[in-house]
Amino acid sequence: MQYEAVIGLEIHAQLLTETKIFCGCSTTFGAEPNTHSCPVCIGMPGVLPVMNRKAVEYVVRTGLATNCTISAYSRFARKNYFYPDLPKGYQISQYELPLCEQGFVVITVEGVRKKIGLTRIHLEEDAGKNIHDGAVSESLIDLNRAGVPLMEIVSEPDLRSPQEAVAFVRKLRTIVRYIEVCDGNMEQGSLRCDANISIRRPGEKELGTKTEIKNMNSFRFIEKALEYEIKRQTKVLGEGGRIVQETRLWDSARGVTESMRSKEEAHDYRYFPDPDLMPIEFEKSWVDDIRKNIDELPDARQERFITQYKLPEQDAVFLIAEKAVAEWLEQAVSLGGDPKTVSNWVQGELTRLLNEENLSVEQCLVKPKHLVEMLELIDKGTISGKIAKTVFEEMFRTGGEPRAIVEDKGLVQMSDEKGIETIVDDVLNRNADAVERYKSGEAKLVSFFVGQVMKETRGKANPKIVNELFRKKLN
Amino acid sequence: MELYHLSIEEARRVLDNGELSPVELANSLLDRIGALDDEICSYITVTKEKALEQARDAEKALKEGVRHPLLGIPLAIKDNICTKDIRTTCSSLILENFVPPYDSTAAKKLGEQGYVLTGKTNLDEFAMGSSTENAAFGRTKNPWDKARVPGGSSGGSAAAVASSQCLAALGSDTGGSIRQPAAFCGVVGLKPTYGRVSRYGLVAFASSLDQIGPITRSVRDSAIVMNAISGNDRNDSTSAEVDVPDFSSALGHDIKGMKFGIPREYFREGLDRGVEDAVAAAIKQLESLGAHPVEISLPHTEYAVAAYYILATSEASSNLARYDGVKYGLRVDGEDLSEMYRKTRESGFGAEVKRRIILGTYALSSGYYDAYYKKAQQVRTLVVQDFNKAFEDVDLIVTPTTPAPAFKAGDKTDDPLQMYLTDIFTISLNLAGVPGISIPCGFTSQDLPVGLQIIGKHFDEATVLKAAYAYEQATEWHKRKPEI
Repeated sequence: MQYEAVIGLEIHAQLLTETKIFCGCSTTFGAEPNTHSCPVCIGMPGVLPVMNRKAVEYVVRTGLATNCTISAYSRFARKNYFYPDLPKGYQISQYELPLCEQGFVVITVEGVRKKIGLTRIHLEEDAGKNIHDGAVSESLIDLNRAGVPLMEIVSEPDLRSPQEAVAFVRKLRTIVRYIEVCDGNMEQGSLRCDANISIRRPGEKELGTKTEIKNMNSFRFIEKALEYEIKRQTKVLGEGGRIVQETRLWDSARGVTESMRSKEEAHDYRYFPDPDLMPIEFEKSWVDDIRKNIDELPDARQERFITQYKLPEQDAVFLIAEKAVAEWLEQAVSLGGDPKTVSNWVQGELTRLLNEENLSVEQCLVKPKHLVEMLELIDKGTISGKIAKTVFEEMFRTGGEPRAIVEDKGLVQMSDEKGIETIVDDVLNRNADAVERYKSGEAKLVSFFVGQVMKETRGKANPKIVNELFRKKLN
Repeated sequence: MELYHLSIEEARRVLDNGELSPVELANSLLDRIGALDDEICSYITVTKEKALEQARDAEKALKEGVRHPLLGIPLAIKDNICTKDIRTTCSSLILENFVPPYDSTAAKKLGEQGYVLTGKTNLDEFAMGSSTENAAFGRTKNPWDKARVPGGSSGGSAAAVASSQCLAALGSDTGGSIRQPAAFCGVVGLKPTYGRVSRYGLVAFASSLDQIGPITRSVRDSAIVMNAISGNDRNDSTSAEVDVPDFSSALGHDIKGMKFGIPREYFREGLDRGVEDAVAAAIKQLESLGAHPVEISLPHTEYAVAAYYILATSEASSNLARYDGVKYGLRVDGEDLSEMYRKTRESGFGAEVKRRIILGTYALSSGYYDAYYKKAQQVRTLVVQDFNKAFEDVDLIVTPTTPAPAFKAGDKTDDPLQMYLTDIFTISLNLAGVPGISIPCGFTSQDLPVGLQIIGKHFDEATVLKAAYAYEQATEWHKRKPEI
């Protein structure tokens, strides 16, 4: 039996504010435990929260970038539960009346575009961290993260496959990075994702019983966890069983999801409006100002790359995913680089080398100017396309200028026909039997001859001339 | 007259002209506390060293010509208002050893004027109670009759002021916790408008109702303390951005032609005869000063107590969740986390606090929220509308502060509902957020003080104080002191 998966995601994004949501403590990651804490974020008696205006602005910015309605009137609520990393015994979050509602983002999977609805985006505070150190029998608590502003983005159950889910998270990550509200770092947990997933027979209107999957802290794990869960649910139904509504944890080491708590064990959070914070009422002009200050968004840039640069959609989708990459390309094009050629280099060598070295494009030593200069050298015939890869890698390692590298390393292309002919003749003379075999029909031996010339010239011979010479001499 | 009987106003004059030094004054109070407080039990912590240090600082400042209304004035602070480096217990075992590393805004403002802190006063645990009997470190006695309660929850502050163990004190009022003990102890207690005084550093009981205010021996002293502690605070989002008038300059004007609303719902059967007579006489007195009493109605009064106990306990159940044994205060170890939580809270909280946590948790539970919390919020809206409507026609509203005078200790401890009803006349003001003062207006046949409550419009404490002062100056009640 084939089933269709129905997936909705909840994404938590830490906001890039300098200070915490309700106090002046720093939000910097990686400090000594409990050094970024104060009476307010430790939840001492009598202290009160004061809303960080920037945090509200960042959520509104996200809402505007994802086609949401910005609520004219929004309220904060307390979500009550006991846990050692939650200092007040409640999390200040939003329940009714979130900041943003009813938006959407567009994803592209295998060339197909699809609109994914957003139910809501709300603002809340992060909790601290329990540390279970093997050396001591007690649990330790680090409250540096407690009170870091967190934005929760909830999607509609519009996703139908793990691939769509990944594309959705990627797209949101691209957006929040574009508008500079979240660094999108999944490893450090500044972007986290939970999924609600159920399966049903295609064409069925009713939703199946869902499970909630937690702890998927990379794109790969989102895909794997959801694939596993679909298989698991399919097997349960296939064997005539029923899906239990529960929360399951993804265990990346074992590649399985495991039951964490059932619906019956689910918390009653006893939400109620937080009496310590006034409701937020937006002035339209404030929202308009935020809207005005949003730069070009990923979708718009993607369209522009297709129309202005005549790039294939597939290229555009890849290039806009990282703002810095897109800007790198734009700079190269503005310096005279051909868009498609630059796109090929960016998607090819540049991306390969960055991934190998685990660097971001901002950290990269090759500047757009260098690539454009190098492309000019190819166009003029100074270097061959093959040599260019060597030059590019050298630029990547040293940050050197392409011309200087070509000269220093003696990589200028040999286009002197007489000189090449001497080498060609020499190769033919030294390999008389190969010439015989070629003449008796082994056509592919041409590449052997060309290879010999390249070996002699350390790759510098103009391959076009070499090929022509062989063709002339052998036929 | 003994120094400890001085009002702030009187002390100010002799401190400023050099007839009296702050150290002498502080010593007088500390001696008085030493002599009386083992019996009255109005203080949880007496800050003798701190008081003398502050008094010496004040002395130096006075010599340098510094002048502040509260410079060198010995004041007490209720022990649910945080004071930096001074233990703040909320009268609870769970915070028995809690020393805040910060000052409440109210304490900070007093500090900026160079006040002298005599100590932290007793209260019902976490301000939950009306008799200062729910107190982890001993109950406070009423200075007028030690067999009786001083009221609550600011019973320690009211008793300390009434027995001259400080010149004035800060209390907090969630449903009557300043006004009711002020009435029981024959002193002046003002609950400001919600948002007038910062709640930062006031250990929250019910955040939407709590308000800090002064307990004093005169209306003028009330105005002086209000001048010091009022005003918007960026640390409290619910503190109002409203200008603060000089409350002292509101005093001394006549009240001719002012209209006083007398809500008929407050004069029903069950009102103690002595209270009824004293309040009736007070209304006559106001009339003789030129004011016009007008009968009005606050029709939703009868639902106020029920709504209050839903909302206050709901908020409390959440506010008290932080006392979990993890970060500060009491921890009782257990086999696992949930046992640690359970044992800590079981031994750290008293019975009344537990009762309210359970009530509030229930009211907020899924499936009950609409029937309780939401309904109570709707009642609250109606109560607000009652006051708004009444104030379209009248300048102030006058009622008894309590239906009866101070009761005997132990009388109501087994009957929480009877205890809750002692706040029946004060609770509506917290729901509506309006200010109210309780001033002495007579004595019952048993020589127990009776309080008159004067209620004003939002942020109109000035008019409340003006009328209270006019009444006070025309009567002698505030001059009587308990024989101790």
